[in-house]
Parts: sequence; structure tokens; C-alpha cells
Amino acid sequence: MYDSDKPVLEVKGLKTHLTTKNGVSKAVDGIDFSLHKGETLGIVGESGCGKSMTSLSILRLIPSPPGKIVDGSILFKGKNIVEMSEDQLRKIRGNEISMIFQEPMTSLNPVIPVGEQIAEALRLHQKLGKKDAWQNSIEMLKLVGIPSPEKRAKQEPFQLSGGMRQRVMIAMALACRPEVLIADEPTTALDVTIQAQILELIKKLQAKIGMGVIMITHDLGVVAETCDKVAVMYAGNIVEHAPTEQLFSDPKHPYTKGLLNSLPRIYEDQDELATIEGNVPSPYHLPEGCRFASRCAHREAICDRKLPELIEQSDGVKVRCWMYTDQWALHEEKEEVL
Amino acid sequence: MQAQTRKVILQVDHLKQYFPVKTNSLFKPKNYVKAVDDVSFKLYEGETLSIVGESGCGKSTTGRAILRLDEPTSGKVHYSGKNILELNKRDMRKLRGDLQVIFQDPFASLNPRQTVKQILNEAMAIQEVVPKKERLERLLELLSYVGLPPESLSRYPHEFSGGQRQRIGIARALAVDPRLIICDEAVSALDVSIQAQILNLLKKLQRQFGLTFLFISHDLSVVRHISDRVMVMYLGKVVEIAEKKSLFDQSFHPYTQALLSSIPVPNPKLNRDRVILKGDIPSPIDPPKGCRFHTRCPFVMDRCKTEEPELREVKANHFVSCHLV
Repeated sequence: MYDSDKPVLEVKGLKTHLTTKNGVSKAVDGIDFSLHKGETLGIVGESGCGKSMTSLSILRLIPSPPGKIVDGSILFKGKNIVEMSEDQLRKIRGNEISMIFQEPMTSLNPVIPVGEQIAEALRLHQKLGKKDAWQNSIEMLKLVGIPSPEKRAKQEPFQLSGGMRQRVMIAMALACRPEVLIADEPTTALDVTIQAQILELIKKLQAKIGMGVIMITHDLGVVAETCDKVAVMYAGNIVEHAPTEQLFSDPKHPYTKGLLNSLPRIYEDQDELATIEGNVPSPYHLPEGCRFASRCAHREAICDRKLPELIEQSDGVKVRCWMYTDQWALHEEKEEVL
Repeated sequence: MQAQTRKVILQVDHLKQYFPVKTNSLFKPKNYVKAVDDVSFKLYEGETLSIVGESGCGKSTTGRAILRLDEPTSGKVHYSGKNILELNKRDMRKLRGDLQVIFQDPFASLNPRQTVKQILNEAMAIQEVVPKKERLERLLELLSYVGLPPESLSRYPHEFSGGQRQRIGIARALAVDPRLIICDEAVSALDVSIQAQILNLLKKLQRQFGLTFLFISHDLSVVRHISDRVMVMYLGKVVEIAEKKSLFDQSFHPYTQALLSSIPVPNPKLNRDRVILKGDIPSPIDPPKGCRFHTRCPFVMDRCKTEEPELREVKANHFVSCHLV
């Protein structure tokens, strides 16, 4: 679904750092990606890799202090979100760019009927009257597949099941027909049969509304089933950026390979799982060189000296690893001479 | 796997666990959450039996009831010739040396004010498995089994990462020389690369010490990797139980089929016929009459709404409770 038009969202060199009493945590440390209309970008990585901080940065929802966007730009239809005033931001949040979170109970107001909460967004952003907004909010509930929406609209969040609450969140996020939807672990708290329902719903609505979706997840299965392209994050950096099929059929970065190999498979038997030894470096004390070097089987002297760049390969895949640079070849030749 | 010839280590018969629900009125009949409703199964020595299912299916409650962490409502649990549920406190405490448990969140189950040494020592002292003099040696041995450095002994749980904490939890379970370990979502909170390390460790320890595992999980890929046999639960009932291969090659119950096809598979080229279930899981306070799955079943018949199916053997060692088969 690659569109030749200009991307609706473009993130360039984004750095979000957190200053705490322990020092500076480089949670997001130089991220670039773009998103077109109708396209789904997956951002994957393990806990602490900076994927959620990235998504919060896009809507400037980082609690400050301690967080701060220290560098980079986030262009939404050409306008830089980083430089916007609170007023300008408010017009975009929940209207042109919407977000769904992992735990709907913490993002819904517990004492207001869900229909009312959806209607509020419509009144604020679309300037609808009270009656129209209510009607539209029932329409939205119907669209996300909630049975007897007229009745449910009057209920409060605690009266709904987890799956239904997530549907309400989606209805709210999509009520104003956003151009970009950020889904941060939208199905992690749900059971698999409900997860399947929600993922299918997001796909169906995306086709209908034509929005771009950023899917943030730790689950490579979810990525394989929903995304067009994927960015793999590790310790605040993107280490690989590829079309989904290529990422799974021909992973390049040693971390991506390790991650895919460590998955237990549902359709085959494995005696022992491959593991990635060691742990993720602390975001307070990042190494100077490649951040994966201490866990990498291909580690060479150059890896510890300098952080590699995210470089586009001949097949369009971008990878941040010295093995895929000219320096690596030189480096190997030198070894042979010695 | 010749299950018939193997020794049964634990036998669960008609286990029921009902939790009373508060009612507002004095005169209303009491309601119960039937978390586990008439569950029977056997566990063979040295095998891994997994219990899978979604939230509220009763998988964790089953594990807890076996260990009497919650006192079950009725049923029998036989372990080495004795019904565990009839043991008095002293005998039960003795038995806990044989039956250990590893929980999902290692941080919540380790005392934050104790060092690793104290945590492991306490377990050994209660069960009196090792004479005091030999304990230090035993501690270092335990750490080497689970892959932690000897320096860990003087450190506190918060100084470790999630995966390392789970290793401490495993070391504590091993400290008392158990025969059976119940792993309740033991790897669910871990990142995949760490999860793989812990799964490999569990397998290695099982071979090394001939342990039996009751592995409770919602993650079918993990279950496929670690189990010999799999039991699927839905709303307090067993819907299917079979050898792993048999279950993953050909499952009979529509719920198992839906569960298997709902899992997102990390392979974008795979085309699958998906069974997406409609609706939510019904409340266990008032479960549907007849077959409990009938409200979401794509193949529902009239009979399913009134008559409860029994667990029947449809293939060698493959039991299913469904009217269709």
C-alpha cells in the first residue's frame, strides 16, 4: 500500500530524553520514519526500547519534567508538531491524530457514560450540536461492533467487558475520522480470541477511513498480521526498518535475527529456543559504540568504537549495523593481511 | 510417549472451586463464581502438562486449588497415595517440599527486604532439606543451576532484571528438592528474548532432576514448545485434553480451533482460514446452560443449549467434550 504522495507524518531525528536524579535517560535517541495515508507502520521492540516514548512524543504527551523533546522534528502534513503551541496541539489531538492505549480503563473517565465521552470529542472538534453528537456517537459504537449501542452508550466503563472497552476507545479515537491513528499495544491486555476481533476491526476501519496507523507492539505476530512496514527499536534507536515481508523472510540486523529466532513457533517443534545472551544496556549509561554490541555474536573492534548509522541497503531495507557498511569489508581485509 | 505405562504422580478428581459472590440482600440466594467446575485429570511423572485458556477459564484457580493456596470446594487430589485435601496442616507443610510453585510476577512473590541468600535459606530451613553446615554450598549450587553469578547472594530482588528475578524464583522452588512444580504464567511477563532463556532453563532443569511440570499459560506458542500434553479450559470446564502433537495437528473442539487460529503468527506469508469468535466470554457467575461454549460456537446445535457434553475419548489419549464429535 505504498503511496507515492507525500507522507502524512514524518519524524526526523527525534530525540526524547528524560532527566532524573540518576542522570539523563536517552529513551528516544534519534528516530526517523514516515507514514503515508492508508499505511500501517509497526514499531516493535522489547520493554524499555523507547517505542512507547516515541508514540507519546508524536502527540507531545511526554510528562515534562522529566521528559523533553531535545532534538528533531515531527512533521504532520508539513507542520512541525514540536514547535506548536498548546492551542494548536489541542486541535490536532483526538481530531487529526488519535491514540489508543493498552489499558482502556485508565484512559476512559470512569464516571461518565461512554456515549457521552465519544460525543464530547465530536462537540469539541467537529462543532456538532448536542443531539447530533449523541447520534454520531451511537453510530460509532455500532461501527465498532458493540451490540445494542443505544443501551451501551448510556453505560459507564465499568459495566463493559475489557474487549468492549477497547472497542469504545477505538470508537472514540476514530469519531473525528483522524488521518493518523497511533495504537500503543492496543491488544496486549486482551485475550487472544478478543485480540483477533480487535485487530480485524482496526484493519477494517482503516480501509474505510483511509488513515495511517502506527502500531506499537512487542508482539511480532501482531506485526506480521497487520503492518505494511516495520521499524525494530533497540535501546532508543531504530536498528532495522523494512517492509514486513522482507523483515520476516530476510532479517538483517543481528538483533532482529535474534528476536525472530527466540520466538516459540506454533506450527513447528523446536528442541531448544535460540536466545540472545545478556541484557539491554541501561538508557542512563549507553555504550559509545553499537548498543547491541555486548550481546552480538559478530562483534568486532569497530562496533565498540562508534555507533553505526541507519543505512539504506540496495533492497531498500535500512539497517544500523557495521556489517552492512563498506568499513566492515575494509576491516575484514585488514584482518586477513595481519 | 506411552502415557499408559507411566507412573501417575498426581491425580485430580472432580475438583470444584466455587467462590461466593456478595449479594446485597439477605434473602436472595447466594451466587457463586464457578471458577473450576468438575475438573479431573492425571499428571504423569516427568511430563509437562499445560493448562491453557483465556482469562477466567479457571486455569490458575486449578493450580492454586491443588496446592491448597485456596481451599477447594470439593473433589480429590491424590498425590503419592494420599488425598492432599484431607491432610492436616503439619502434613501439608511437609508435602509442600514436594510441590512447588513459580508465579508470573517474581517481584511480587519475593520479599523485597530479603537478600537472595535469605530468600533461599528460608525455604531450606522450613523444609529442613539441607543441614545448616552444608547450606552455603547448596546455595552456590542452586545459583549455578539457574545461571546466576555467586555474587547474587548478597543482593536484593530489586537489583535484578525481570528475567533474573524469575531465575531467583526458580532457584527458590528448586531449593527444597521438589518433584512437581506448578508454573503459573511463569514466563508471561518477560520479553521474548528473556522468555526463551527461561523456557530453555526450565527444560534443562526438568531433564536434570526428573521434574514434573504443571504449566499454566495463556500463550499457545509457549505451550507448544514446553508441553508433552495440553489441557484446554473454558469457563471452569475442560474442553479438550490430548498429547501435544495430537492437539496441535488436529484439534476437535471448536473452541480449541478458534484459540489456535486466533494467535497472531510471525509469518506474513502464511494464509490461514481464521475462525474469529463473536462476542465476549460469558460471566462465570451465570455460565450458559448446556455446553458453556454454545453462545460463541460457530457450529451450535439445539442440543448444545440444553445438554452438557461429556469428556469423551475420540482418539487414543485425546479427550474432547463436544456434541459434534
